[in-house]
Amino acid sequence: MTPRSSDRPFLSLTAIGKSFGGVRALDDVSLDVSAGEIHCLAGENGSGKSTLIKVIAGVHRPDRGSIAIAGQPVASLTPISAVRQGVQVIYQDLSLFPNLTVAENLAINSLVEHRRTLVRWRDVRRTAEHALERLRVSIDLDRLVGDLPIAEKQLVAIARALLQDARLIVLDEPTTALTGVEVDALFALVRDLQQRGVAILFVTHKMREMLQAADRFTVLRNGRVVESGPAAEFDEARLTHAMTGRAIGETRFDGRVDASAPPRLRIRDLTGPILRGVTFDVRPGEIVGLTGLLGAGQGELAARVAGLETSGTGEIAVDGAPLPACTVRAAARAGIGYVPEDRLREGLFLDRSIADNANASSLRALTTGLRLLSTRRMRSQADRWIHDLGVKAPSIDAPVRQLSGGNQQRVVLARVLATRPKVLVLNGPTVGVDVGAKEEIHATIRQLAAGGLAVLIVSDDLPELVQSCSRVLVFRHGRVTAELGAAALTGDALQEQLSAAH
Amino acid sequence: MTSRVRRLFGRHEMVLLGVTVLLSIVIGALNPAFYSLQNAFDLLKTSVPLGILTIGLLVVLISGGIDISFPAIAVAGMYITCTLAIDVRSLDHLPALLAISTAIGLALGLFNAVLIHFFRLPALIVTLGTASVIRGALLEFVGTRTITNLPPSIIAFSRTNLFEATLANGASAALTVSILFFAGVAIAVALALRYTVIGRGAYAVGADLAAAERVGFNVRRIHLFVYGLMGALAGLVGIIHASIIRNANPLDLDGLELTVIAAAVIGGASITGGRGTVTGALLGVALMVIMDGSLVLVGLPSQWHQVFIGLVVLVSTSITALRTRSARAGEIAR
Ligand SMILES: Nc1ncnc2c1ncn2[C@@H]1O[C@H](COP(=O)(O)OP(=O)(O)OP(=O)(O)O)[C@@H](O)[C@H]1O
Ligand SMILES: [Mg+2]
Repeated sequence: MTPRSSDRPFLSLTAIGKSFGGVRALDDVSLDVSAGEIHCLAGENGSGKSTLIKVIAGVHRPDRGSIAIAGQPVASLTPISAVRQGVQVIYQDLSLFPNLTVAENLAINSLVEHRRTLVRWRDVRRTAEHALERLRVSIDLDRLVGDLPIAEKQLVAIARALLQDARLIVLDEPTTALTGVEVDALFALVRDLQQRGVAILFVTHKMREMLQAADRFTVLRNGRVVESGPAAEFDEARLTHAMTGRAIGETRFDGRVDASAPPRLRIRDLTGPILRGVTFDVRPGEIVGLTGLLGAGQGELAARVAGLETSGTGEIAVDGAPLPACTVRAAARAGIGYVPEDRLREGLFLDRSIADNANASSLRALTTGLRLLSTRRMRSQADRWIHDLGVKAPSIDAPVRQLSGGNQQRVVLARVLATRPKVLVLNGPTVGVDVGAKEEIHATIRQLAAGGLAVLIVSDDLPELVQSCSRVLVFRHGRVTAELGAAALTGDALQEQLSAAH
Repeated sequence: MTSRVRRLFGRHEMVLLGVTVLLSIVIGALNPAFYSLQNAFDLLKTSVPLGILTIGLLVVLISGGIDISFPAIAVAGMYITCTLAIDVRSLDHLPALLAISTAIGLALGLFNAVLIHFFRLPALIVTLGTASVIRGALLEFVGTRTITNLPPSIIAFSRTNLFEATLANGASAALTVSILFFAGVAIAVALALRYTVIGRGAYAVGADLAAAERVGFNVRRIHLFVYGLMGALAGLVGIIHASIIRNANPLDLDGLELTVIAAAVIGGASITGGRGTVTGALLGVALMVIMDGSLVLVGLPSQWHQVFIGLVVLVSTSITALRTRSARAGEIAR
C-alpha cells in the first residue's frame, strides 16, 4: 500500500549520533522516509524515538551524521528552517501555549511561518475553524488551551500541524489520550495525506495502530536501529521481539478474589455533572476496569474517588469508613492513591530529581524520630520502586525532564505506590509505556492486588483491560450499562458493548 | 458590545475596578478633599512615571522575564541628559532631550537583553547586576551632585499643561501635558500586544520558551524587544520625572521597582510569565496611586506606605496562585 511513493526519499538521515552528557541517545541511526509512505518508528521507552524526531525538527543538532531533505543535504537545521522545508511535528509534550486560546494556538504556526508582522484576528479565526473542520472535531475556539482536558489538547496539537502544507508530518505518540472514534478520524486523515504524497513518520506504543497503519517499520533499541523493513515482514511477535529483545507472552489476570470479604472500596449512588447514580464495590485483590466513550462518566468517577471532583452527591467508603469530605487530602488519608492521566501537568516536578519525585507523596513515612527526612530511607525507597517499575535513567538523581516520556510515566506510578495505598486509581496507567514495560507494570499491579489492594483502572486500551482486570464496567451517559467478568470478559465483548454505547 | 467590554475587562479587572471604586468612596468619606479636581489632577500627575514603567514591566513579565534595573536606567537617562544639556546649550530642546534619554535607556535595556538571551543568565540576577553597575558608574564618571538648575526646556515642559481651570474658591487646578505620553505608551503597547506577532510572541515565550522556539518564534528578537522597550520607556520616564520634581538627583528612584512590580502584579500580570493585560496594569497603577495619595490625605505616616505595598504584592500573588490551583483541580476532574 504505497501509492505514489517515489524512489528518492523525502527525508534521509545517515549515521546520526546524539549524546546528552554521558547518555548516548542515538548511535549511527539511518532512516529514509519517502513521500506517500507511512513509516512507523517503534522502540521501548528511552530508545531514542523522541530524540530522533527532535533532530528531524531542528530542535536538537546531531553530534554526527547528515540530513538530506528532498535530496538536498541540509547543513544545519533549525525549527523554523525545518518548517519552511515542509516538516511539521506533533511533539510528545504537545508544545502548546496554555495561556492562549484554541484559535490562536491553531493559527500561530502559520503566523510565524509566513513572517507576518501583524495579527489579523479574523484570519486567525478562519484558519482555526478550517483546522478543526479538517479533523472533524469541534472545540470552542475561545477557550484557553490550558483549560482543555488532555484529549482535546492533543487534538489541537494535531490540527495545528495538519493545517500546514507539510511534506513530512511527524507524530510522536499522538493518540495517547484519544478514544477510538478520534483515533479513527486521525488515521483517516493521515491516509488521505498519504494519498496526496505526504510522507508520514509516527510513533506509538499501541500495537494495533502500528500494525494497521504502517507501510514500513524501523525499530530502535538503545539508540540503534535493530530492524527496518516493509510492514509485510512484521507481525506483533516480531515487533515485540525487535523492540525488547525477548518474547512477551499474553498473560491474564487470574487472581482469586474472596467474594465474601468486606469491600475495600464501596461506591454508593454517586451522582454529579455526568454521573447518574453509580453503585458498586471493589473487594481486596480485585482489579476493576472502567471504560466507555470520552465523557461517559468513567473519568469523573475516578476524579470523585480521588477527591479531585468535588461537586455531586453519593457516598465513597474505604474499608467501611465513609470519606469525611470530598477533598484530595481526605482521599489520601483514607488510603486512596491516584495516578493522573496528564502526567506532564499534574504529576511531576520536571526539574527535580527522580528520587525527589518518587518520594514527593510519601515524605511523612520517611521522617526520622526528630521529624527530619532521612536521606538514606529516601534513597532506598526511591531505588526500590524505580527498580521494580524498571525506570530507565542514568541515576535516581537525574532531573525528570531528561527522562523519555514513558519513563516519566513510571516515575508518577512509583510515587503513588510509595504511599502504600489501600485503593489505587489509575487513569490510563500505561499510556505511552512500551510493550515490555506494560507487562512489568501490570505484573506489579497484580502483585499489589494479591496483597489486598483494590484497584480501579480507567482505560480505553481494550487488550489491556482484558489482560489485567477481574471485571470491567462499561459507562454510558453517566451510568454503568454493562459489567463483564471472568469468561465473559473478552476484547470482542468489550468492543461490542462500546459500540452499543455509541 | 458586551463581548467587547468583557474582553477589555476580564474577571480580575472587574474585581480590581470594584476595589478601586470602593477605596475611593472610603477615602472620600474620610476626607472630602479627595473628590476635588485638584486632587484628581495631582493623582494623574503622579501616575505618569509609575504608569509608563508599569506598562514596560508588564511586557517583560508577560514574556516570562523580570527587570529591576529600570529605576537605575531612568536615573541614568535623566542625569546624563541633564548634564549634557547644561554643558552643551544647543542641545536644550525638549524633543532632543527626550530622544537622548530614551536612547540611553534603550541601549541599557538592549544590554540587559543580550546578557539574558545569549548567556542564558537569569533575568533577576542580570538586572540586579546592571542596576548596581549603572548607579555606580553614574556616580563615578558623571557626577554626584544633584542638578537643581535644570535645562530651561525641561522647566518649560514642567509648566506646560494640557488643561487649566480656576476653581470656585479661587485656587487653580492644572493637568500636566506629560499625561499624553502615558496615554500614548498605554495605547501603543496595548495594540502591540494584541495585534503584532512579536506581541503574541511575548505571550508565547512567557508560557513556554521551548515550545515557542519549536514553533519558530525568533526568541532573540522577542528578548531584545521586551528589554529594549523597558529600557527606552525608563529613559523617557527619567526626563518626565525630572520635570515633576524639578531636579536631577543621581541617587533618585531607589526602591521604585517594588512599587512598579506591585502595580503590575495587582493588575493581573503573572510573575511566572504568559499572563497580563494593559487594562489590568492601568487599574493596578490607579489602585497604587490612590492608595499612596490617600495615606497622606487620611493622615497616616509614610512608613505605612512600605507596609501596604508589601502586603499588596503578597496578597495579589497568593490570590493568583490560589486561582490557578483551583482551576487545575477542576480540570483534572473532567
Ligand atoms: N534533554 C535531555 N537531556 C539528557 N538526556 C536526555 C534528554 N532528552 C532525552 N534524553 C535521554 O535520551 C534517551 C532517549 O530518550 P527519548 O525521549 O528519545 O526516548 P523515547 O524513545 O522517545 O521514549 P518514550 O517512548 O518513553 O517517549 C533517554 O535515555 C533519555 O533519558
Ligand atoms: Mg518519546
